[in-house]
Amino acid sequence: MSMNKIQSIRKDWDLIESLIRDNSRILDIGCGEGDLIQQLEKNLSAKVHGIEKNQELALKAIAKGLSVTHGDAEKDLSQYSNQSFDYVILSQTLQAMVEPKKILNELLRVGSKAIVSFPNFGHWKIRLQLLLKGKMPITEGLPYSWYDTPNIHFFTLKDFQNLCNEMNIVIENSIGLTSKGKQFPIDGSLLSANIITSEAIFLLSYKDFEPIKIKSSNKIFAKNSAIAN
Amino acid sequence: MSNIEIINDTNLDCSFAVFKEVNLTLASGSVLKNFRLAFKTFGKLNDNKTNAILVCHALTGDQYVSGNNPITGRDGWWARMVGPNKPIDTNKFFVICSNVLGGCAGSTGPKEKNENEQDIYGANFPSVTIKDMVNAQSKLLDALEIHQLFSVIGGSMGAMQALQWSIDFPNKIKSVIHIAGALKHSAQNIAFHEVGRQAIMNDVNWYKGNYAKNNSIPERGLAVARMIAHITYLSEDAMRRKFGRKLQSRDIISFGFDADFQIESYLRYQGRSFVERFDANSYLYLTRAMDYFDHSESFKKTLEFINNTNDHLKYLVISFTSDWLFPTRENKEIVEILNSLSKDVSFLEIETDKGHDSFLLDEPDLDFAIKGFLDSNYENEYE
Repeated sequence: MSMNKIQSIRKDWDLIESLIRDNSRILDIGCGEGDLIQQLEKNLSAKVHGIEKNQELALKAIAKGLSVTHGDAEKDLSQYSNQSFDYVILSQTLQAMVEPKKILNELLRVGSKAIVSFPNFGHWKIRLQLLLKGKMPITEGLPYSWYDTPNIHFFTLKDFQNLCNEMNIVIENSIGLTSKGKQFPIDGSLLSANIITSEAIFLLSYKDFEPIKIKSSNKIFAKNSAIAN
Repeated sequence: MSNIEIINDTNLDCSFAVFKEVNLTLASGSVLKNFRLAFKTFGKLNDNKTNAILVCHALTGDQYVSGNNPITGRDGWWARMVGPNKPIDTNKFFVICSNVLGGCAGSTGPKEKNENEQDIYGANFPSVTIKDMVNAQSKLLDALEIHQLFSVIGGSMGAMQALQWSIDFPNKIKSVIHIAGALKHSAQNIAFHEVGRQAIMNDVNWYKGNYAKNNSIPERGLAVARMIAHITYLSEDAMRRKFGRKLQSRDIISFGFDADFQIESYLRYQGRSFVERFDANSYLYLTRAMDYFDHSESFKKTLEFINNTNDHLKYLVISFTSDWLFPTRENKEIVEILNSLSKDVSFLEIETDKGHDSFLLDEPDLDFAIKGFLDSNYENEYE
C-alpha cells in the first residue's frame, strides 16, 4: 500500500490522534479532503468515515478511496445509528453550526466519545482587540470579517465548559493551544486558561452511560438518559 | 459446464454465451430453458482474475459500452468512460458488458426466437425483472470462470442492477458504483413508463405484440414513447439553455403543427432514430422490469440478514442535482440505510443542469470520482 506522506496542515490533528485508541471506528464531521481520517486510518488502523458539505472537497476525499458522505452534518447525522462510532470528531466546526447544542447531543448519540475542537473567543488577543479597537476581532484562529465569516456562534472556553456541564457531558480530557502552538492541559484554573487558550480540544462522553440488559432479548443496548430528554 | 457455449460473432463484434438446457427460473415463476446473453469484453483479465468490472447498461443500452457499435455505426454508449486511459481504464481493468435479459441487442428477449427455435417470442416472452437480469449475468460470469468482480457499475437501470448484485451476490463482488438510481421506481416514473407503453400498445401496428408475424413495426408508438422518456432525461434548465423558444429552420411561426420549435424537431429526431435501433416489445418488458424494482422494504432487512457476507463491500453512490427522474433524495435513501448499518459507503451529489442523462455526458467530477474510487481501492487491495 503506497501512501503519500501526509503533512498535518492543522496543528490540532496530531493532538486529536493522541486522544484516540487504535482500531477504533471514527467519524469526522467536516472532513474536507479527508487528510485527517487518512492519517488516522494509516496510523491507528482505524475504520474511518467522513461527512463533507463541499462537493469539491468530498469528491477529492472519495477519489482517495475514503468512505465519505457528501452532505450537511446538521441534517445527515440522524441517519447514523446510536453508538455506531467509537469517536466522532468535530474539528473547528462547532462555531459554524446552526444548532451547536443539538449537534453536541448528536455527536454523543452516534459516538461513544466526541472530540471537539474550536477557537476560543475568550483569548486575550480577542478581548484586547474588542476592548481597545471596539471592532469585531480578527485573529489567526478567526481570520474573517464579521460580514463574511462562516462562524455564526462565538463562544469562549468557559461558555463551552458550562454547556457541557448543563448537558451532563463529561469532559474526559481538555487541551489548550496557545496562539504560538504551545500545548497545555486545561484544568480547574479556568481564568488563565480562558485567556491564553487560542484553540481548545475536548474529549467528551456522557456521564450516565451504562449498558443495560433488555429483558425481552439478550442483546445489550446502550442506555443514555441524556438523549431521552 | 458443457451446456454453456461461448461463441464469438465477428459480424456483430461481440460474443454470445449460449445456455442450453439451463433452467433460469424467473421471479415471475416462469422458466427460461434455452437462453443466451450477448456480451462484449474490453481489456485483459489478469492471472489472479482480480481486475474484472461488470458495467450494467441502462434501459436502452447494450453490450457496446465502448469502441464502435456496429448496429448504430457510432461510438459505444459510454465510450467516454470506458476504454484505454479512460476513467474506467481498460489498460488496467477487464470490463464486461452484457445486453440484459429481455433486451434487443442479441440477448434472449421478445425479439428473439423462442425456446424451440421456431417462432419469435413477441408478447409470449415471460416477464423479466432486474433480479432475473442479474441472475443471468451471474451465470455468464460463472461461464467465464470469474469468481469475484472487482466492481459492478451502472447508471439508472444499470444502477438498479448494481444494487441487486449487492443484495443477491455480495460474495461475488467487491464494490458497487451506483449512479442516478433508487431503491424503488417511483410513482412518477411508473407513470411516465405507462404513458410510453400505452403509446406503443395503441399503435395499430403493434398487433398485441406479435408485429413480427404481421411484418410490421409499431414505429409511431415507440417513437412517441421515446420522446416522452427523453423529456424526463433532461432538465428544464438544460432545455431552456439548449433550445429555449428557438425556431427550427424558420423565422416566423407557421400557425400549424409542424415542428416550429427546435425542441420539437429535436424530440422528433430522437423518436425517429430510436425506432431504428430498438424493439418495441423490449421497451415494454424492460420498462416493466424497472417498474417492478422495489427494495424500499427489503434492502435494509436483507443487509441485516446477510450481515457478515457483505461486510467487505464498498459502495459509491452518485446523484445529480438536476435529475428529477432519480433525484438525490432517492439515491440518498440507499446511503442512509448503508450508513445506519455502518457499511462502507461514499456518496456524492454532483451539481449540474444536465438532468438524469448527466451520467452519460461530459461531467468531469463523475469521471474523477469513478476513477479515484476504482484506482485507489484497487491499489489499497492489491498493490
